[in-house]
Amino acid sequence: MNEVALILGMFLVTFSVRFVLFAVAGKVHFPVWLNQALGFVPPAVLTAIILPAVLMPEGEIWFSWQNPWLLAGVFAAIVALVRKDLMTTIVAGMACFLVLRFFVL
Amino acid sequence: MPLSRRVEFFGGVKATLPLIVGAIPFGIIFGTLAESSGLSAWGAMAMSLVVFAGSSQFIALGLLAAGAALPIIILTTFVVNLRHLLYAANLVPKVKHLPLRWRVLMAFGLTDETFAAVSNRFLQPIGITTAHWFYLGSFVAMYGNWVICTFVGIVLGGLFPDMTEWGLDFAMSVTFIGMVVPYLTNRPMWGAVIVAGAMAVATAFMPHKLGLMVAAICGITTGFP
Repeated sequence: MNEVALILGMFLVTFSVRFVLFAVAGKVHFPVWLNQALGFVPPAVLTAIILPAVLMPEGEIWFSWQNPWLLAGVFAAIVALVRKDLMTTIVAGMACFLVLRFFVL
Repeated sequence: MPLSRRVEFFGGVKATLPLIVGAIPFGIIFGTLAESSGLSAWGAMAMSLVVFAGSSQFIALGLLAAGAALPIIILTTFVVNLRHLLYAANLVPKVKHLPLRWRVLMAFGLTDETFAAVSNRFLQPIGITTAHWFYLGSFVAMYGNWVICTFVGIVLGGLFPDMTEWGLDFAMSVTFIGMVVPYLTNRPMWGAVIVAGAMAVATAFMPHKLGLMVAAICGITTGFP
């Protein structure tokens, strides 16, 4: 594998996607409905990354109380709902995961 | 740097710190996985410096390990990063007045974490003329952290070869959970998130992580009236 070509190629597609709308900034006007739809994008995309990661951490669906990814994920979501603080959620979720994975399950 | 810019810059750094806590293990794991996936230490370092896209870099490692061809890896990177198009669309009204060099820099630094960190700042009507310094602070903090963590990961990977089995990639999930939950304030948002999550699991068999885009689009169309 040519690593220079790999990295340059990945850079080009990544930067293009990030930059194209900033490049034409102001010259493209989004209709109201599109702006509203875009509001749903971050939670939808992030959830689509999270759920497979916690429900199928090793490739297969693992719906069980013995799955530390799933248990710690549910715990982190509860902490986030109650405390509404990102740092607390991350530290508590990560601590819960490490305890479950290495000491309990 | 005038005081207001400095306040904005460090405000951006501070708002990004919780997200960095989640990104630290993520960056370290990337570094530890690189060599065993077939990417050299220099390649891993250059990828974090030049590409700066955590989830695509992970997916690229997975594809490299599976022996995928170069065009497939680049196409997958493109598809996985399409979500940044949607983040950029959200930010365009806040950046369109800035000079091109600023927009280039901000585009390079557009990640899930910086988008989350700056969203609240950009919702406030005050200090519109200095808000891009807040963005710059968030970007510099994320970028510095990503590069340093990649380096630490490469070193640790050489010392503890079994680290990749520990499951520290959970850090990414828990960070994203903390970012999603505050959105869940109304029924359409719950609908969007539930459908996106269920569809992501249902489409996980699709090649090249295409299921991610399918699931996101299903979620968005569910939430949108």
